[in-house]
Amino acid sequence: MDLKLKGCAESSSSSQILSELARNLSPEMPFSQLSSTKPDKSESAPFTNNKFPDWDPRLMLNNLSFLEQKIHQVQDLVHSINNQDYQVSNELAAQKQLVTADLTSIIIQLISTAGSLLPCIKSFNESSQQEIFPLVESSKAAELDELTNTSDHEDVDNLLPGSYEVLQLEKEEILAPHTHFCLICGKGFKRDANLRMHMRGHGDEYKSPAALAKPLKDTDSEPNLIKRYSCPFVGCKRNKEHKKFQPLKTILCVKNHYKRSHCDKSYTCSRCKIKKFSVLADLKTHEKHCGREKWLCSCGTSFSRKDKLFGHVALFQGHTPSLPIDEGKASRELGHGDGGEAKADVGDLVFSDVDERGLFSLMNFDCYNFDASETPYCFPSSGSSGYVPGNGRA
Amino acid sequence: MGEVVSCHNEIIGVATVPTSDARCLKSLRFSENSKLNPFDALSEEILFLILDHLQSNAPAKKSFSHVCRSFYAVESRHRQAIRFFRSDLISAVISRYPFVSRVDLSLCTRVSDGALASIAGKLGPSLISIDLSRSRYFSHLGLNSLATSCASLVEINLSGAFDLDDPAAAAIGRLKNLERLWLTRCKLVTDMGLGCIAVGCRKLKLLCLKWCLGLTDLGVGLVAVKCKEIRSLDLSYTMVTKKCLPGILRLPTLEELSLVGCPGIDDEGLATLKEGCKSLQVLDMSNCQHVSDAGLSSIINGAFSMRQLILAYHSPVSYSLASSLQKFARLEAIKLDGCQITASGLMALGSSCYSLKELSLSKCSGVTDEALSFVVTKHKGLMKLDITCCRKITDFSISCITSSCASLISLKMESCSLVSKEAFCLVGERCLLLEELDITDNDIDNQGLKAISNCHNLTILKMGLCLSVDDEGIVHIGKGCPKLEELDLYRSIGITDTAIMAIAQGCPMLKSINLAYCTEVTDNALRSLSKCSKLNTLEIRGCSQISDCGLATIAEGCREIAKLDLKKCYDISDIGMVPLAHLCCSLRQLNLSYSSVTDVGLLALANTSCLQSLTILHLTGLMPKGLAVALLACGGLRKVKLNMSLKYQISQQLIIYLESRGCLFQWRDKPFQAEVDANEVWKQRSQDLVAVV
Repeated sequence: MDLKLKGCAESSSSSQILSELARNLSPEMPFSQLSSTKPDKSESAPFTNNKFPDWDPRLMLNNLSFLEQKIHQVQDLVHSINNQDYQVSNELAAQKQLVTADLTSIIIQLISTAGSLLPCIKSFNESSQQEIFPLVESSKAAELDELTNTSDHEDVDNLLPGSYEVLQLEKEEILAPHTHFCLICGKGFKRDANLRMHMRGHGDEYKSPAALAKPLKDTDSEPNLIKRYSCPFVGCKRNKEHKKFQPLKTILCVKNHYKRSHCDKSYTCSRCKIKKFSVLADLKTHEKHCGREKWLCSCGTSFSRKDKLFGHVALFQGHTPSLPIDEGKASRELGHGDGGEAKADVGDLVFSDVDERGLFSLMNFDCYNFDASETPYCFPSSGSSGYVPGNGRA
Repeated sequence: MGEVVSCHNEIIGVATVPTSDARCLKSLRFSENSKLNPFDALSEEILFLILDHLQSNAPAKKSFSHVCRSFYAVESRHRQAIRFFRSDLISAVISRYPFVSRVDLSLCTRVSDGALASIAGKLGPSLISIDLSRSRYFSHLGLNSLATSCASLVEINLSGAFDLDDPAAAAIGRLKNLERLWLTRCKLVTDMGLGCIAVGCRKLKLLCLKWCLGLTDLGVGLVAVKCKEIRSLDLSYTMVTKKCLPGILRLPTLEELSLVGCPGIDDEGLATLKEGCKSLQVLDMSNCQHVSDAGLSSIINGAFSMRQLILAYHSPVSYSLASSLQKFARLEAIKLDGCQITASGLMALGSSCYSLKELSLSKCSGVTDEALSFVVTKHKGLMKLDITCCRKITDFSISCITSSCASLISLKMESCSLVSKEAFCLVGERCLLLEELDITDNDIDNQGLKAISNCHNLTILKMGLCLSVDDEGIVHIGKGCPKLEELDLYRSIGITDTAIMAIAQGCPMLKSINLAYCTEVTDNALRSLSKCSKLNTLEIRGCSQISDCGLATIAEGCREIAKLDLKKCYDISDIGMVPLAHLCCSLRQLNLSYSSVTDVGLLALANTSCLQSLTILHLTGLMPKGLAVALLACGGLRKVKLNMSLKYQISQQLIIYLESRGCLFQWRDKPFQAEVDANEVWKQRSQDLVAVV
């Protein structure tokens, strides 16, 4: 009985959504173009009205009434499930699957009504449609998946709207550091297990193995109903009020989503001082790579990996690997005449600006009258680096 | 004027700035007064033609330029190539020769950015080639000034510039017309720098990246993508792996590829190569530890224009490898130095369709008489054969070689210990075209030398350690080989002055002679050698009878002496240094160890401005102070070998200063060996060695 009720609820909620969909999607769609076309076109549907100024409202009404008919068929099917007594759960499951498939098909039709404005699309073949219904299976379902998850969010969900329970945590709950609170003293914990351990301190009744044991999931109440989460931020696509609502899978997803999308980015990267994050883990991931060699191209594009840069340079004419600026190419200019200052090794400190040509011109080695005592070179005492020869420049 | 100037490939050294300007001016003034300068009638074209003929004679050109002002000007316009011995003269000399297109700075250790800037500024677009190999102390700043001013630079050699980094490579990348680039041992250049070169220098035809350890496949791969005109690529001793090879082998005009000692290249990597390079002509895969026959055959697969294959120190050469070479019809040269070779492998080389001109089996183990004779009878056109240290071959091989390869030009057979005296007679009788013969450490006697003197084209004869040869044989050589340029008589104990006199008389082209440990040689031999005016290398190590007098005659007669080894010539003293310093202006390398020279003699040597390498171990009379002064005075010194004990007696500041000037000190701590190694002892030792082998 329980199951039957559930089926009802499911179908009713589905029809509700369907009608909602029908309202939301432009009602001006000519139904004659309804077909199982590529669902990705549905997105553009509301914006392409103007292309069909000569649409026929009567045709649309026709289509809608047809849809109504279909919905009634589904209703009948559900009623029949309700009346029959299933012993074998497999059969019931098959019936339920059929209902789901039917609903899927209706949704597709509805949406493609909205999206079928392109002239190349053939008219819907009613007769074949009847036969298709029981057969619409995985392929259509897959199409639907694509349809519902058009955006590039991380948690791609294959669930139909209505087939899951939507929960919504409040902003305070999301941002609270702890989610498990002691009802006696109010202390908060991140994990329930820790809370249970804490509870032992509040009395012997909490020390029983039953109290300490992991609470079993109450499978009896809602065995198949999957939980999905909604973002409390109104207007967000992840908020259940949004017409293209995409639920979040877990509480962690909710937390990360809320912080990333609707909170200030309070964590700043200590290395680059530019990048900011609202989730600490994101900052840590970034800091792993921040400050590493940036592979730059002359066009200004930067790459995190050298092979990517070289692939880019190989592909484009005229692009050159660009060296980091701090290596001094841009900062220094050619010194006047003597480039000795370009290097900073010991030798150059001594030698840097010596005018080599004139250094030994004072000596005449042809006649051996050299006297070592009155040597013209004065070597500086150790430590000083400003060796200034007789005719050199400082 | 350009059309008259022929191609001056020969590089002529500029040792000193002209010192006789004053004299020149005086004579000019005189001619102005007389108003009749006959030289003015000569057109520039004629003068250029004259200078073309003087190309190989540096002193003559110097005299030419001193004739009068117009000759001086013509000479400075005529010169196209210049080689510096000293970097301090660069800016002065460059302003005298504004039309020089090729600058060689390889002998200057220290080339500052300022010097490069002055070259770039003065020569500008006329500079086509610059050689900075072995030069240091310049940076990307100097190269940038070259790149800015000298857009037509086609060739640049930066080998050995260890401290060049990526900015320097980026500066090279600005030379759009560059075609040949050597970066050997530029270890700091990374893929980024090479990437700049690859993108900037699209016309590169030759690129040498030997020992560039900072490079990986990425940079080399980019070169293969961007520089499509590359003909010669040297990747020896780099860390490249299989990843860059497909790109390289796709280069449409690649002719030479060198992959010596690349540890990253192995059989597995080579097995993935789909096809080899069709245009490849020369491949060097020596010393690749992880490459065997299989890998080699996949890299040469399809390279049907292959001419030369060098596989020295390769994995054992087997039948399969040798037979895989049979399809290369144009193969001319195979070098298998140091390989283990099987008899069947060598036989397979013989039974191939190509005709070898050059075969090198030096230090190959496993070369037998049977296999070698088979190979040489098949390749009758063989011109160069190297069988150094093939210790299994006997007279039979030599007889086959000499009878079938009549066109042999070069034969190297050092230490073929089983070959007997009679075999060398066959060499002399049959291989009349020989130009190079190496019979070091063989059992040749006077009869053999007499036969070899039939080879009238002989230019290089190496016969060190041939202990059973005496004057009689050498006299035959002196009479029969007038073209001889290089003679090695190391430890030929039987040689006396008579032999040297015959050589000096009969071989006027002699450039190099080694008389080390020929203990019977005296000053008379040197007196006769002084007639060989082209002599540039003289080694008389351990010839203890030689004195200052003999050295003086050499200094007088052989002005082109560049390398001189006087080690253990105990009688050579300061007196001998004076003529050397004043007359041999191109002396570059000198060994005075164990001689009686003191710091006074070294100071005298400061006059030879191009002295670069000086070895002065165990000079008993050497005073630290005098040595310091002498070292300071020799401005062009690059390398000095000294006793360790002197290191702490010279001011450390002075050493630092000299090192910064580009001089490398090598401190040696060898014990003093007063006596010359007795040749008898050495002979005994070598015989023991033969017995062991």
